[in-house]
Parts: sequence; C-alpha cells; structure tokens
Amino acid sequence: MPNFELEEEYQDLVDTVRDFADEVIAPVSAKHDEEHSFPYEIVAQMGQMGLFGLPFPEEHGGMGGDYFALSLALEEIARVDQSCAITLEAGVSLGAMPVYRFGTDEQKAKWLPKLASGEALAGFGLTESEAGSDASGTRTTAKLENGEWVINGTKEFITNSGTDITQHVTVTAVTGTSEREDGSVKKEISTIIVPTDTEGFTAEPAYNKVGWNASDTHPLTLKNVRVPEENLLGVRGRGYANFLSILDEGRIAIAALATGAAQGCVDESVRYAKEREQFGRNIGSNQAIQFKIARMQTRAHTARLAYYKAASNMLAGKPFKTEAAIAKLVAGEAAMDNARDATQVFGGYGFMNEFLVSRHYRDSKILEVGEGTTEVQLMLIARELGL
Amino acid sequence: MSDAPAQLKVLVLVKYVPDAQFDRHLTGESPRLDRSDSILSELDEYAVEAALQLIEAHGGAKAGHEVTVLTMGPAAASNAVKKSLQMGATRGVHLNDDALAGSDAAATSLALAEAIRHEGGFDLVFTGMSSTDGETSLVPSQLAERLGLPQVTLVSEVSLDGGDIVARRDGDTETQYVRAPLPALVSVTDQFEEPRYPNFKGIIGAKKKKTTPLSLAELGLGADQVGAAGSWTEVASSEARPARTAGTVITDQGDAGVKLADFLADRKLL
Repeated sequence: MPNFELEEEYQDLVDTVRDFADEVIAPVSAKHDEEHSFPYEIVAQMGQMGLFGLPFPEEHGGMGGDYFALSLALEEIARVDQSCAITLEAGVSLGAMPVYRFGTDEQKAKWLPKLASGEALAGFGLTESEAGSDASGTRTTAKLENGEWVINGTKEFITNSGTDITQHVTVTAVTGTSEREDGSVKKEISTIIVPTDTEGFTAEPAYNKVGWNASDTHPLTLKNVRVPEENLLGVRGRGYANFLSILDEGRIAIAALATGAAQGCVDESVRYAKEREQFGRNIGSNQAIQFKIARMQTRAHTARLAYYKAASNMLAGKPFKTEAAIAKLVAGEAAMDNARDATQVFGGYGFMNEFLVSRHYRDSKILEVGEGTTEVQLMLIARELGL
Repeated sequence: MSDAPAQLKVLVLVKYVPDAQFDRHLTGESPRLDRSDSILSELDEYAVEAALQLIEAHGGAKAGHEVTVLTMGPAAASNAVKKSLQMGATRGVHLNDDALAGSDAAATSLALAEAIRHEGGFDLVFTGMSSTDGETSLVPSQLAERLGLPQVTLVSEVSLDGGDIVARRDGDTETQYVRAPLPALVSVTDQFEEPRYPNFKGIIGAKKKKTTPLSLAELGLGADQVGAAGSWTEVASSEARPARTAGTVITDQGDAGVKLADFLADRKLL
C-alpha cells in the first residue's frame, strides 16, 4: 500500500508555511483585497523564506526542493489568501519554470536567480482575445530583423505582468508558417523573453476582477517591441508544446491551491459553527450544519489525495497528465462548492466582503476556469479513456 | 578593549513550551503543565534570531562562527532544537534526564550552568526575556551569576564592538546602550527584529546537523540537586483559572457613552 504520511521535511515545511500564512499573510489579506493592492511586503517575505525557489536547485538560487514542496506551500497559503498563493504559483510555474526548463545556461544565469529569490517576478503571455484553450488562434507575431525579434500583438489576463518588480514576460508569438499536407496553414509558435522595460511593451491598466483582487493581472500591448535574438526561449517552433508541458505540472500546483481554498472554507466553517449561537445553542450542533461541513471536509480531503497522487506520479517520472487533470478538476470544484457552503454556514456575514469565506467565494470561481477550464480537464480525461 | 574573537561561539538557551495560541492545561499530577502540544518558545525565537544576526554580521557560519542551541527537557524538547537548527543554528545540545522534571528556576539554572561549562568556551550566551510558561524571568540572571558572567538583560538590539558587546535596552523613560566585555550573557526581548521563518534549505539542512545528548551524570550532578528535590521553591498549590464569564453588554438608550465611560472608570482604565 502507498504511504500517505508526509516525510518529515515536507511536514516541517507545511508547519512553517502554515504559521507564516496565519501570522503574516492573514492579518493583511482583507486590506489588500479591498484596496486591490499588490502585497509587495508579503512577496518579499515569501522570497526570504525561499518559497519562490522551492523547486529549483541551489545553483540557480533555489531551495533544492521539488514541485510537491511548492504544492504543499501553496495549499497552506491558499487557506487564508488565494491572491498571495496565485502570485507565488504563477511566479514559479509561469515565470521562472519556463526559463529553468527551456533556457540555455546563459539565460538561466541571467534571468533565474532573482526569480528564485522572489526579488523579481515574471509572467507568461499566452492568452489572447482569440487564443486561450486553443493556442492556434495566436495572432501576436515575432519577426527576426537584423538579429532582433520585432514583436507585435496583444495579450490578455497575464498574471504578475505589471508589478514594480516584474522583470520580464515570456510571450508566445507566431514566428513563421508552414503548409500542412492538406494545404492548410500551420503556425510556428515560439516563446520569447521580453523584459518589461523594453520600449513598446505596455502593461495596460489592471482588470477589475471578481476575485483574486490582490493578484496582479493585466492585458499587454506589444508594439514594435525589439528584443535580441538570443531571447528566444527553447527551440523555435516549440513554444506551444513547451507551454503545454509546463501546464500539466502547473495544474498540480493549482489543484493544491484549490485544495487549500477548500480546506480554508472547512476550517472557518468549523470555527464559526462552534461559536455562532442561534435558538440557544451553537449552530454546529444542528445536523444540517454538521452534514454540510462533513461534506466540505470530504471534498477537501479528496482534492488533497488527488493532487498528492498526481505529484507522486510526476516525481516518480511517470505519466501524470490525466492525474493532474483529475486533481485540477476535483480541487477546483471542491473550492467553489466549499465556498458556496461556507458562505451559507456564515449566513448574512458570508455576504460581507471582509470575511474570509466570502473572499473564497469570489476567489474560487477562477479555479474552475484558469489553467485549463473544467471542460478542458474533462476533455483530457475522456481522451485518456480513448473517447 | 580586546579584539573580537576570530571565531565567535554563541550559545542560545531554548525552551520547549506549550503553544500559547491554545488553551493550556494542568496535567493530572498538578501543578505541572500539560506539554503534549508544545513548540519552541516564541520568546526564545528572538534569542535565536539575535544570535544568528550577530554571527551573520561577521560573516556567518562560513567564517567559522557558531551558534549552539541548548535545551533542557524531555525527549520531545528536541523539537525546540530542531526548529532552531532549521532557522540556522549550527548545532544542538539536549540535556534530558528524568530527574530534571519539576525543577524550579534555581535548579534549572544550576543544571544549565553545568551544561554550559561542560560544552565550554562560549563568548556569548543568549536567552529569551522569559519563558512563556513559567514566566519567572529568573533563569538568565541566575545563570549569569552561576557562570560569573556580566549580564545585560532585556535587550532589543545587539552588536559587537571589538571584544565588547553593545546592547540596547529600551525602558519606559529612556533608552540605554550598555557595554560589557565578552564573555557575557544577554537576554533578548520581543522588541528585537521578528524571528525568521525557516526556509526549505534550512529544513533539509537541519536534518544533517548534530544534536549532542547530555545527562546529569555527564555533568557530575546528582538527582537530588535538581528536580523537586533540588529546587529552592515549590508550587504550593495551583488550580485552573475559572472560565471567563460573559462580558457586560451596554445597550444604547442614549446614554451608552456615559455607561461605557463609567465602566472603564470603575476599573481605573480612564
């Protein structure tokens, strides 16, 4: 039988990050959410704790851990603040990981250390108005001219792309076309590192989102942006394929984040159910509330098992695409369902923005959409079944 | 004034205490505290932080400086050492002996002083300002006395100036900077910089660090010199504090402000 006990160093990491989340993040979460302000002070401290470097080796300024360690940290942070968790998740999975996985030694030496230490952030610019789940709709172009890529296009929903500490955005762009056998046009998509201080790069005003208010998300405009040819990340024409491989592991991290959100809803509901009195007794003594919370706990537990399993496959070098899709699907739905139930347990207070459960209610919706919608996960799972 | 030691040897006393976030309970064999759910004392974390910052200001462990943490307590107290090692301390010492149970401040300081002598050669001893359980605040001063060290208590900032320690003490009406020659003992308040959280490298690294076990016999102490037998004081009795009663609710009928002010004034809070 598999052993589900965390090894000592993982458990100690969980305990440490939990303390940090409760003592440092939780007290300022409502403020950043209300003000839609980016939590620079939290990011700096997460950096000092090495959270941005968790899955990277020490030679690149990392902590020598792995993706599971990152996932555990995300779960603990997301219990109290999904915005901080997604800032970390995107900073590692979408900002630093593409450089680590596909960069040359020179690129890693140049771009990685500040990302791994949390002193800088990077974004990944894939989504466009007509390219989301279907990346073949990508319209951004990059043309090689005199040793420079000249990039034109727009991007949507790019996390961590407009903070004061954003160092670059890795963008996908069409770098050429070829003709398929049937005569249709195949776009060659590549990924290119664009420093945010490059002329013609603009992070447009931040979105007014339903949730994740303290996470930094912008549309981007790239107008005749010129970067050196050596900023091509990975093999030319492999940009989308590279992104897909990173997306699979990103789904485990997002599943962990969603598990944390689901657990945060349970913890808050248990606390409140014991303390809130109606008709002369705690509402938690009512079976209607007990059953609701028991179901919430079941969802959080199931989500955790699902992402542990996906991470276990990944660390063992086994295929994990389907397991990651299942984990992302189960955990995203657990977060949304638990947030809905938790706000119900809280009654009127669950409709007040300053309460954690109402923040989870607003924040969790994106977990059924981001990093592959629920429908995309279902497609992947069905495909694995040969359908 | 002499020169700073080429290689600083700093000792920090750490204690394993019940987590102050939760209710604390007395064990069946009252008056002892239930220590089943315990952590490194939060006040001692400041002492560990002070020690680490001091050696880091002079090149850290790479320059050969050392921070040793010493705890006295049952087997589970090794967790206080572990957390300190994760934060960055170099090595641990764990004094564990059944006979130590029930030691008061005097018996505790005797055992700790012997343990410090046994390990030997420290330039500085850091302690927290108090434990978060017994809260006597007596051990630092007793230790300094037993070891014949100059003591600087309740410190919020500390640095080396040659072979002297310079420490800041914040009082109610003034701030002092106190200088003392090494070796010295310094107790650190919670006004020191916030203790760091261990990072993953520290967590992994701590597993490779050494903790030396110590027993009373190795220190040449008899069971009758410590524990209840060796204590100068005893807790005559203790009982759990009664649960808090419901507060006073003032309903505003136009005079709530006055009632609130009266309530506070009655308790001499205004």
